[in-house]
Amino acid sequence: MSVAENRVATDKPSFFGYLVEFDNVDSLIHAAEKVRDAGYTNWDAHTPFPVHGMDRAMGIRYTKLPLVILGGGLTGLGGALLMQWWMNAVNYPYIISGKPFWSIPANIPVMFELTVLFSALTTVFGMLAFNKLPQWRHGVFSSARFARATDDRFFISVEATDPKFDAKKTADFLAGLGGSEVEALED
Amino acid sequence: MHHHGAGEDNWVLGGAADGVFRIGLVIGILGLAASFFLGFGQGNVERFYSAWLVSFGFFLAMSLGALFFVLAQHLTGATWSVVVRRLAEAVSTNLGLMLIFFIPVALGLKTLYPWADPEVMAHDALLQSKQGFLNTNFFYIRTAIYFVVWIAASQYFFRRSVSQDETGSVGTTLGLEKTAAPVTLLFAVTTTFASFDYFMSLEPHWFSTMFGVYYFAGSLFSFFAFLPLMVIFAQSKGRAVHTITKEHFHDMGKWMFAFTVFWAYIGFSQYFLIWYANIPEETGWFYVRQNNGWATISWLMLIGHFIIPFFGLLPRWVKKTRMTLVVWAIWMLAMHWFDLFWLIVPNANPNGIPWHPLYLTCFLGIGGIYFATIALTLKNKSMIPAKDPRLPDSLAFENV
Repeated sequence: MSVAENRVATDKPSFFGYLVEFDNVDSLIHAAEKVRDAGYTNWDAHTPFPVHGMDRAMGIRYTKLPLVILGGGLTGLGGALLMQWWMNAVNYPYIISGKPFWSIPANIPVMFELTVLFSALTTVFGMLAFNKLPQWRHGVFSSARFARATDDRFFISVEATDPKFDAKKTADFLAGLGGSEVEALED
Repeated sequence: MHHHGAGEDNWVLGGAADGVFRIGLVIGILGLAASFFLGFGQGNVERFYSAWLVSFGFFLAMSLGALFFVLAQHLTGATWSVVVRRLAEAVSTNLGLMLIFFIPVALGLKTLYPWADPEVMAHDALLQSKQGFLNTNFFYIRTAIYFVVWIAASQYFFRRSVSQDETGSVGTTLGLEKTAAPVTLLFAVTTTFASFDYFMSLEPHWFSTMFGVYYFAGSLFSFFAFLPLMVIFAQSKGRAVHTITKEHFHDMGKWMFAFTVFWAYIGFSQYFLIWYANIPEETGWFYVRQNNGWATISWLMLIGHFIIPFFGLLPRWVKKTRMTLVVWAIWMLAMHWFDLFWLIVPNANPNGIPWHPLYLTCFLGIGGIYFATIALTLKNKSMIPAKDPRLPDSLAFENV
């Protein structure tokens, strides 16, 4: 189903949340700290480049991804050992260079390579999964101004699904952060 | 912002260096006296030279690692490392001291190296065919070349950097970047051949083209363990407390981890090809290290030098916490000592591990003087390259 059909099939555009624009990093960081301190959880900051200190300003906890990668790496390590044991010692025993059928030193290069491969693939796909990517559409793109998030503007978006969200109070709160006018987003 | 307060930091060790100098000097002199007494007074001459070479190799590696670090930072125009580069420069200048510590190696040449003994040479056709390279005169000529290159390079990079503390000249940085490239080539050749000469030729029948890289891997392994210890010591004395941050420690920790892996990669590569080909003239070297107690040290290398620190240094918080870095740095330095023990001692002692207090006293003797000299080098100089054009970037450095 194409994106256009999907939109028609569901219903009229629904309310997604609010967007507020800033023209420099410092005001964005200060605004983010206020949103964080107000207790919002379902919100995001959008910048054209990585901003140091943004994680802290947003109160984002450090990613769990490394633990998942460790699991991926150990799977590669064990899988490589198991595979070579089965192939060389069980399924097709074959004497190579006078070594025993199952010789761990000979298996180490493949164990190393599969550890690296599985870790790398887990990193990429784990990162995509944790970021809920790929997403074909997102509420912030209903704003025409948002194109400048990849150029020279900084944004904060707060989603309506946030437990603390209130159409009136949140709009007033965002308006007081020192950014542009608050814009309502559609999904 | 992270670098607030760095400007008010004290960057000169001064009195803190005096303490290290005095303690180092006392331990060093006592260690050397004990070594000479145990070695020559009590007739353990062979053990003395063996133990001396282990600790000589240990501290030589650390200074060579430091020199390579300095060269690599200039080559790449690195910013993060500017705050710790002066410490590395000071460690590298100890290559001059290592030339003095080479004298006992020269005195023990016949005891240590079979090829230097005319008796052995006369009855060994294989060694006679290598005599064009493995002879005393050429050995000393090569040693002279190594130390001229090392001392000149380390002094040049140290002194230029210190002169920049006054001038603030950007040209100094640009000049060192250019010089670093050819010097790195010289470093690679001299370090490789020095490891062949001092350590591989202990068993002159054996050869491995991987050996030079193995010694190089260990040298950076030990230097990266030593670097955070120096910083933490200086900070415990209130120096550079806000200058060198958690972010810099994180990067030093990454290097410790990286060279744990690199060392294992190189060590296994050397073992693997010899194991696979299974040719007696190559396997003999490992055979000695797998029998009569030496297997214990071989396992210690695999497990203690690689597997344990690999998992120990894997988590991010470990690399960002000073206390955990101290623990792993000391662990790594101990492992590196055993690495050199494993590299140097077995061939002359194939029947068992010759534990002897000389291995400790030589380490304390050379080490005490080594640390005292570093303290003396740094005492009145800024421990941070104060006017390096990349210093502001280094102060503000953050891992993304």
